[in-house]
Amino acid sequence: MAMKPRPGKEAVAAKGWLKANKWLILRRLSQFGILGLFLLGPLVGVWIVKGNLAYSMTLDFLPLSDPHVLLQAVLAGVEPHKEAIIGVVIVVAVYMLIGGRVFCSWVCPVNLVTDLSCCVRRMLGIRTSTQISRSARYWLLGVTLILPLVTGSIVWEMFNPVSMAFRGLVFGMGMAWVILLGIFLFDIFVAKEGWCGRLCPVGAFYSLLGQKSLVRVVAENRQKCDDCMDCFEVCPEEQVIRPALYGAKQGVGPVILSSNCTNCGRCIDVCAEDVFHFGSRFANQKMNLGSAEDKRKDATVSDAA
Amino acid sequence: MKGSGKAKGRGVNRRQFIGNMLKTACGVSLLGMGLGIYSRQASSLPAMAIRPPGALPEEEFLGSCIRCGMCVRDCPYDILKLGQLGSDDVVPGTPYFTARTGPCEMCVDIPCVPACPTNALDHGLTDINEARMGLAVVVDQETCIAFLGLRCEVCFNVCPIRGDAITLDYQHNTRSGKHALFIPVVHSDACTGCGLCEKACILEEAAIKVFPMHLAKGELGKHYRLGWKEKQEAGEALVTPDAEHRYNLPEGVSYDLQGRGLIMDEAGEIPVSSNPLNTLNNSNPLDTLNKGLENQ
Repeated sequence: MAMKPRPGKEAVAAKGWLKANKWLILRRLSQFGILGLFLLGPLVGVWIVKGNLAYSMTLDFLPLSDPHVLLQAVLAGVEPHKEAIIGVVIVVAVYMLIGGRVFCSWVCPVNLVTDLSCCVRRMLGIRTSTQISRSARYWLLGVTLILPLVTGSIVWEMFNPVSMAFRGLVFGMGMAWVILLGIFLFDIFVAKEGWCGRLCPVGAFYSLLGQKSLVRVVAENRQKCDDCMDCFEVCPEEQVIRPALYGAKQGVGPVILSSNCTNCGRCIDVCAEDVFHFGSRFANQKMNLGSAEDKRKDATVSDAA
Repeated sequence: MKGSGKAKGRGVNRRQFIGNMLKTACGVSLLGMGLGIYSRQASSLPAMAIRPPGALPEEEFLGSCIRCGMCVRDCPYDILKLGQLGSDDVVPGTPYFTARTGPCEMCVDIPCVPACPTNALDHGLTDINEARMGLAVVVDQETCIAFLGLRCEVCFNVCPIRGDAITLDYQHNTRSGKHALFIPVVHSDACTGCGLCEKACILEEAAIKVFPMHLAKGELGKHYRLGWKEKQEAGEALVTPDAEHRYNLPEGVSYDLQGRGLIMDEAGEIPVSSNPLNTLNNSNPLDTLNKGLENQ
């Protein structure tokens, strides 16, 4: 197996290291920053945020609750209190705006593990043939919602690696690291992007939440694409890129509309030709108009995002 | 869902597509069933893990607690922990405390309860004395030094509702023959299960322990009625009218169970019995009894 050159090499050469890793760095800052905020209390005694990703209270003022966890609780027969409802409304509104799976790439702690798997996989040149459907996660999501209905107990949260990982880091890990190790090895040796891209029902839930989200990656300069395939190489949901990048002939717009795009921005980083940018889902219509003025507007949106 | 891995244009026909879908569905449902069954088995609470005040009954609690840990954070004494996978047998992420090492201090404002966003800790609980986290039980009378005749009463003295939840029962010390035993007695109508008594017990291994209610309490059959209580409530016996008990005694003799015993009617003359022996012995039936005693 021949080792492929590391994706993004040309981008580093063309844009410089910092620009070729801009979104990755911001993403890590976001992931560790959020974790840090939760750890500030137990480690240093500065209580900015209490709780964990399932439900948290920031500065005794801002409640945030996980819609997937709360939905399971409601199906198990819970009537949530006012704070929990306010929290879920805020979270749902934000993710509907910025993309549901932004949770996956900008917040979720398991992403750090699976990104590492991906990195190891690439470095060792491992290829696997295990076929797990990318739609398995939606079936699994269904299971997580049926189980509380049938058993009256929030069953999935006994196993959920996502909540277990974050809770473990903030409240004490126990043996939960074994599950994370399992996911790490699974993603390396069993299936590419096996957990986040095929099985995780949390990601599936957030993808449904972000069906109509405003913030999207747009292949604005797709005519400049030189088919280096680096974006496919780094994308955790590579199937989402094709229609937007190569759809010009079929009349498909350049916006990556699939709700499984996690808005991680890695494709923007690794592209030496600067094809991708953050933009809005309405960029398709604007593109069709084709005026230079609209393009400039898009650019401002992407900067704000 | 454009572009989310639909089979079109990749040479997958309808048969393969349906086959793949069924495979996935089957696998996932089996997995789901496994999770459900395992969760049933794994959701029993260890005896020494006590839920925070106001916690719903265990089964409902597991359907309400979203494992956020807000109660843990808002406990001013830091006694609550979240269950951890593989290290404490408590359902992962759910809160509990261990009475022997960190009992509930019974805060008047119960800060852990309003912190709960899903009512797994019932917000209806506003008086901590109404909490029923568990029940203290004097589990070992052989090592509790009060039963050995020594003065201790530590559990009684630390109890926040002493005199109601724990009282001292004075009993005769049959070993010494002249001292009293000061026996601690827990009353389930007042004990909150806070565990301060278990923490304070001076033994190496506490002789008084807090258990979850279902382990600590017996339960009468639902059909069971205590006759004397029913009678008291109704003012009369409910089943058959009370028949006065009658002793089968010769005429002229009566019996007072809790008083004087056998009573002879003063003027009573002994009637001639049909039994000739009795006639021979003649006289007072009491004399006969007394004679028997003297002969022994």
